[in-house]
Amino acid sequence: MCKINDRSRNIGQYIPAPDDDMIICRCEEVTKGEIRRAVHAGLYTITEIRRYLRAGMGLCQGQTCAKLVKGIVAKELGVSPAELEPAGSRAPMRPIEMEVFGNERAQGR
Amino acid sequence: MADTAEVIIIGGGIIGSAAAYYLAKNGTSVIVLEKSSNIGDGGSSRNGGGVRQSGRDPRELPLAMYGVEHMWPTLSEELGINVEYHKEGNLRLGKTARHKEILQGLTDRAVACGLDVTMIDGAEVREINPYLSEEVICASWCPTDGHANPLAATLGFYMKARSLGARFITGEEALRIEKVKSRARKVVTKANVYEGEKIIVACGYESRALVRTVGIDVPMRKELIEALVTEAEPQMFPQMLGTADADFYGHQTEHGSFVFGGASGYEEMNEDGGRNMTMSITAPSICRGIMKYVPKLSQTKIVRTWAGYEDVCVDGIPVISPVEEVSGLILACAFTGHGFGIAPVVGKLLSELTMEQETFLDLTEFRYDRFRG
Repeated sequence: MCKINDRSRNIGQYIPAPDDDMIICRCEEVTKGEIRRAVHAGLYTITEIRRYLRAGMGLCQGQTCAKLVKGIVAKELGVSPAELEPAGSRAPMRPIEMEVFGNERAQGR
Repeated sequence: MADTAEVIIIGGGIIGSAAAYYLAKNGTSVIVLEKSSNIGDGGSSRNGGGVRQSGRDPRELPLAMYGVEHMWPTLSEELGINVEYHKEGNLRLGKTARHKEILQGLTDRAVACGLDVTMIDGAEVREINPYLSEEVICASWCPTDGHANPLAATLGFYMKARSLGARFITGEEALRIEKVKSRARKVVTKANVYEGEKIIVACGYESRALVRTVGIDVPMRKELIEALVTEAEPQMFPQMLGTADADFYGHQTEHGSFVFGGASGYEEMNEDGGRNMTMSITAPSICRGIMKYVPKLSQTKIVRTWAGYEDVCVDGIPVISPVEEVSGLILACAFTGHGFGIAPVVGKLLSELTMEQETFLDLTEFRYDRFRG
């Protein structure tokens, strides 16, 4: 469901925090501070954060950090994490070599 | 906050966001309405990132050339974020005599338009890119083509426009345009009514149904294509790749991952209900194409695939035009799958059209009424 979301609403200033250097997305090495600053630059959805910072776009596709990212974004926006739409999951379910992915023949025939 | 602005833009993709940026930079008040929850959720964030001049329709080429010459090189600086623009050439590859004919035709047409494109043989191709297989016997080479990061460029235009005061509202689907005293004036959404002196429609295929509410039609259809991204690899080559056969296209990003796009030919059978669903057969078919040309990538892992719609115009070039019957209405749609590379140029042109200035490039070829019999 798309809710109306005014991107100019006041969410307050970005205030640096002592744990801003903490790495949240380990695959792509994205820090908490980068995520918080991106929210204040106008990226109000998990999908936008992923597309801009690559958080959750690496080898594990967010299986490790999705909840953490959601919590950080929700806190900056002052909403409940439940209000944020999760990002879409995409095939393949785990990273797979081109050679294997491209081979659709049964039994290798 | 009032729901009025000098300009209402329908569509928060790269075209709408770029137009909003150039208007806001000029001090014009703008409201951008986006149907999706996310900015740039259509073709803007689903394309392959090509900033290409070769292979373009001659009518569209001046826009692409202007962008490569005057806008893309300074865009990162202008937007204050890295859009990862690389101007390191485009190789369109061929493996057969038939491919060579196709490429020669494209090259001849591009040269006639004043573009630096040459036909080169297999050895010359592998001198430029040593990772290409022996099966490649020829290519058309355009050294001034390149690629950029569509996600960064789209969100970059958005963030910069927003910081200059443009108001963006997501989750706000425009249902119809209404006229007041014969001018386009109101945009009606499910929950609200927005008013502006000018209305720009830049919402891809959905523009067709929307402008029909004021009696205008743009002959276009939608076509699904797919893309994939690999894990990061050490930097291998900086060129954009394409093929005469159009079985895939793509490049390596600054991040190290490769982004490739393509189609299986069965896209019309994909009943995805407008949800941008991928099909299980498409990405594997793109992979088979890639491995024939770049065998070294066969061990590289695919981490993600996605799909997106192109708004394909009946004559293959976009509509970028004010509408005379409905004054105040400006169209920017039907980009036919090659809108990303010209988006900064189109954004700037739209801001000029909106402010009723003389545009820096001639837009006669992109008029909305060119389809008349």
